Amino acid sequence: MERDDLIVNDSYSVNARHSEEDGVKIRKKLYMVTLILTVITIVEIFMGVQFKRNATFTWETIKLAFIVLTLVKAAYIVLIFMHLGDERKNLKYVVLLPYALFILYLIFIGIYEGLSVQEMNTTFR
Amino acid sequence: MAGHSEAVTTDQLWGGGRSPFGISYGKMMMWFFLVSDALTFGGLLTAYGVIRHGSSDAWPVGEQVFESLPMLHGSYPLIYVALMTFILIISSVTMVLAVEAGHRMDKKGVIKWMGYTVLGGFFFLGSQAWEWSHFIHGSGGGFQISAPITVQATAPDGSKMEMSLAGGTWVHMTADVGHAYEHALEHGGEIKIHDGQLHVASHGAADHHDAHGEHGATADAHGATAIPLELVLNKYTLEHKDGKDYRKLSVTGEDAEKLMNNMASHTLAFGANLSKNEYAVQQQYANFFFFITGFHGFHVFQGVIINLIIFIMALRGVFERRGHYEMVEKVGLFWHFVDLVWVFVFTFFYLV
Repeated sequence: MERDDLIVNDSYSVNARHSEEDGVKIRKKLYMVTLILTVITIVEIFMGVQFKRNATFTWETIKLAFIVLTLVKAAYIVLIFMHLGDERKNLKYVVLLPYALFILYLIFIGIYEGLSVQEMNTTFR
Repeated sequence: MAGHSEAVTTDQLWGGGRSPFGISYGKMMMWFFLVSDALTFGGLLTAYGVIRHGSSDAWPVGEQVFESLPMLHGSYPLIYVALMTFILIISSVTMVLAVEAGHRMDKKGVIKWMGYTVLGGFFFLGSQAWEWSHFIHGSGGGFQISAPITVQATAPDGSKMEMSLAGGTWVHMTADVGHAYEHALEHGGEIKIHDGQLHVASHGAADHHDAHGEHGATADAHGATAIPLELVLNKYTLEHKDGKDYRKLSVTGEDAEKLMNNMASHTLAFGANLSKNEYAVQQQYANFFFFITGFHGFHVFQGVIINLIIFIMALRGVFERRGHYEMVEKVGLFWHFVDLVWVFVFTFFYLV
């Protein structure tokens, strides 16, 4: 039987090719992203070491800043390195939406549960 | 209206042969796998958050637990973890450069960048092995006190203060004291505490300290090694009260003796294993460390092996003959995912 699940000539892979000139541009973008990721990591380390030791910022502010910086890093990795930013819209949504929905729900319900467990523990210690 | 139909051409229908997502089957399945794997890691990190939020005892702080570098003394908070993060980010960059070279059908480029990626993966695995070893061995050990006690403590900046400790408070030994104590316990040496010193009457313990030749340990007339007793309060926890820092307070002399004699039974822990750990009252802290970083390390290990296979295939010209380097893209997706997970582990386990 002839298989119909194979992509003839693997045309999508062949389409992904680019020229030398495009390569120069793409590499420039990649090096830029490398720089951004490195700088963010250094900033995070600096915050972790310095800001927790003095009481300039509240712990909540620092925590929020860490989470925002992490999401920025994650966005660069997923959209540029993993190339999802340049894929078709439907693929982007199929990957990102179900994940975001499920994980946000899980985090909400988990943290909520954890906090009430803590309240129980401290009240009836 | 029933039976109503419009004529459509085959162009409007999907009859196979064309992916509605504009990518090949293999890449799409890799994306779906990564989504499911991301849910696993998301679940693990969320579970960590649940336990941490549900805990009424202080939770250890990353930059106080992870502050050592191999072969160096002193405090370098988070530097080692930062180095690991950097290694993984760089190996992710070399991976994406390999993909880019593949799009230009540049065999030499693919081989070069894949090679660097594999190397970076091995570097990361080696770093993690050291990190685990250090975490398991610990840096001095600690115990909980049984009865409430008030002691005189010295802050790192030299100021003295009185600390009232509740029963169950966690107290740590410095590396010198802890290692001598642990060594004596393991080798059946006799341990005595008097004159603000720890006396270990074990041949093995004396050897141990001679070998290191440091810490100002002196052998007394009976051949026992004496080490000035020094304990640390709030070694791994974040303690701020009224803008004042209460971390890493040192207790020496008679007060340290009192604390040692106040040790609650079965609370003494050196390093960490699956049933005890010196870092926290909560055993889940050590368990999550082992499971989350271990599961991630296992992914890195798989990634390195797969990258190695693709590297060898590129070397042998398999993709050159095939006419495209899409396989490099697929393993690249997995490798970037491993980096992505580490970014989150780094934030939620080490930073927050």
